[in-house]
Amino acid sequence: MAIDTTLRTATISVLVENEPGILARVVGLFSGRGYNIDSLTVAPVEDARHRSRINIVTSGTEMVIAQIKAQLDRLVPVHRVADLSHDGPHIAREMALIKVIATGEKRVEALRLAEAFRARVVDATTESFIFEMTGNTEKLDAFLDLMRPLGLAEVSRTGVAAIARGTRII
Amino acid sequence: MSQTQTAPDAAQQPELQAGAEVLLRALKEQNVEVIFGYPGGAVLPIYDAIFNQNAIRHVLVRHEQAAVHAAEGYARSTGKVGCVLVTSGPGATNAVTGLVDALMDSIPIVCLTGQVPTHLIGNDAFQEADTTGITRPATKHNYLVKRSEDLARVVHEAFYVAKSGRPGPVVIDLPKDILINPAPYSAAVTTAHRSYRPQTEPDAGQIAKAVAALKGAKRPVIYTGGGVINAGPAASAALIALTRKTGFPITNTLMGLGAYPANDTQFLGMLGMHGTYEANLAMHGCDVLLNIGARFDDRVTGRLNAFSPNSRKIHIDIDPSSINKNVPVEIPIVGDAGRAIAALIAAWDAEPGDVDRAALAKWWQQIDAWRGIDCLKFHQDMTKGAIIKPQYAVQRLYDLTRESGRETYISTEVGQHQMWAAQYFRFDQPNRWMTSGGLGTMGYGLPAAMGVQVAHPAALCIDIAGEASILMNIQEMSTLAQYRLPVKVFILNNQYMGMVRQWQELLHGSRYSESYTAALPDFVKLADSFHGVGLRATSVDQLDDVIREMIALDRPVIADICVDQKENCFPMIPSGAAHNEMILGAGHEARAPGVTDAGMALV
Ligand SMILES: Cc1ncc(C[n+]2csc(CCOP(=O)(O)OP(=O)(O)O)c2C)c(N)n1
Ligand SMILES: [Mg+2]
Repeated sequence: MAIDTTLRTATISVLVENEPGILARVVGLFSGRGYNIDSLTVAPVEDARHRSRINIVTSGTEMVIAQIKAQLDRLVPVHRVADLSHDGPHIAREMALIKVIATGEKRVEALRLAEAFRARVVDATTESFIFEMTGNTEKLDAFLDLMRPLGLAEVSRTGVAAIARGTRII
Repeated sequence: MSQTQTAPDAAQQPELQAGAEVLLRALKEQNVEVIFGYPGGAVLPIYDAIFNQNAIRHVLVRHEQAAVHAAEGYARSTGKVGCVLVTSGPGATNAVTGLVDALMDSIPIVCLTGQVPTHLIGNDAFQEADTTGITRPATKHNYLVKRSEDLARVVHEAFYVAKSGRPGPVVIDLPKDILINPAPYSAAVTTAHRSYRPQTEPDAGQIAKAVAALKGAKRPVIYTGGGVINAGPAASAALIALTRKTGFPITNTLMGLGAYPANDTQFLGMLGMHGTYEANLAMHGCDVLLNIGARFDDRVTGRLNAFSPNSRKIHIDIDPSSINKNVPVEIPIVGDAGRAIAALIAAWDAEPGDVDRAALAKWWQQIDAWRGIDCLKFHQDMTKGAIIKPQYAVQRLYDLTRESGRETYISTEVGQHQMWAAQYFRFDQPNRWMTSGGLGTMGYGLPAAMGVQVAHPAALCIDIAGEASILMNIQEMSTLAQYRLPVKVFILNNQYMGMVRQWQELLHGSRYSESYTAALPDFVKLADSFHGVGLRATSVDQLDDVIREMIALDRPVIADICVDQKENCFPMIPSGAAHNEMILGAGHEARAPGVTDAGMALV
């Protein structure tokens, strides 16, 4: 069988037992086996059942991504693994807090673009704004590219939260 | 609280015992008969509990690494979970090599490690180590017990995890206060684990596809590994039935030896880097490859892009992550090897039509031609005083142990001697062969043999060793003496780290950098000082007598077999080469005539 060497990005969601060390296990698996992590988020999602959800954006060949899924799935505290980007349409969002320090024309331009991108102003001084923006990774990247020449000073991003469209659940 | 209030409460609440007592009770419920361990401050409460009971035996090793290897030998020769107990800090770190060894070879182990009391964790307390952190990538799973009420459940779960699915080592880190404080006991639950439920039953549709591919084969090969051994003796029996029924040739990996009787005509020998000519060329030339419980390890595949280039591949494995990891396969089957083989047999019988017997006969003709090369042939000069060839030593060991009629278990260290053992000792049954395959741990063999001997007191347990490897856990001779374990250490003494020397000869211009051990101990005196018996053979005429004497002695023995220092282990597929680029030993042409890539494709 021929090996497909094209790379693709995968958004993988992992439902795990919320226990100490679980994040270390997942991150250690990626570093130990040389897989990429482009983004990672983790938070409890079902308190009563002690479950957390980890969303990982990674990239690799089809064979590597299948390996990543299989490796995650065999960790003892892992309940379920889904490759959202493969299994069907999905929604992926991240949030960013973006600090722009500028005055005069640049400041005005930053605010105008923020409105166009539907970023919210959550803090302002005479020389700075903090924008809050939610969207997919490409939208955030595009906005940050525009802010760079306008005084982009600092960014804090959450990483991707993702979920399948429609009635499908993990 | 008044008397009237406590009485009903006490009736509802489980009875409390010290954590260490709860631990031992859980181990007993898990049918632990023996623990290989070494004490220290953090585990003293457990040792106290051990002192007060007789149901579980404790074997005091001389180094924690050896405790894990002993438990591996015990586990691999019995099919049970091996149990280890070590103290915190250095006890735990010493155990790490053994844990990784068990992880790589899928051996079920539960290793209990002591830990500083919970309130001191993270304070760099005396003999504190981040054991769960260190062993996370060294185990299948690990636990730190932080609450007394979790203790019993965690122990039961650890045994379930160690032996279910693809087996492996599990660590339970036990802070000292958890061992001392009162804890409730709970029995093992029979309900399914909340998240870890490996698939054992193969998919019927995939089995059907596999049988269709197998029946359509003209040049099939069955290639099986440690997974068949792990699936239990019934899986090996089923493998024999399947192989006989199909008439297909079969080869085993290093870890899979014994699953199929080595003396059977359908057996091609071991495959891989030091596998037989016929096994490797059959892998290269086959049109349908049935892999059962092996993992396409790099020692087996050689250069990946040249591995078995024209075959349809079927892969049965209990671990889905082993499938399509190195080699893409057409028909993956996730499940227990034994059940999958049984399903294949049933589907083979149900499916009308037979395999193309004429094509199969032609394939066997080709294989027999390869066999005719006699790749394991060597020349032993039989004149009195002649130097012993290491291959001959293993061959005589095999013959004479068979002649003795004793139930025989073999372990090895790592190096040339290990490969010669795999090539010349012929295993007819599973669970008789313990070797460190995945990690290749020098120092494995002696403690592993010790664990085997503990499990099989009347059996003949032999560690086929190299003089360099044996020094890595030689201290266990003392354990053998203490417990009167009559393990035999059969050293193929070439005074070199032979495998290193061989690579230096072949790949580094014979610059034997640091691969010669000067000032080796006198192994005969060494055996003596450890209360064992030392024997030595320096020439071929002494060999049989030494082996016979060794077998007859009911005591630990070191047999120092002085062998040809320059001997190399062949056949050999140099790393990065393909199966059909095998090097054969002296007395063979460098490359068998007519074996070219084009020829391979035609067969
Ligand atoms: C713990 C460990 N260290 C180093 C190695 C690398 N190594 C592999 S074989 C070998 C030489 C073994 O020598 P010996 O035990 O005398 O066996 P021989 O090859 O001579 O039969 C070495 C150093 C290893 N496998 N394990
Ligand atoms: Mg040697």
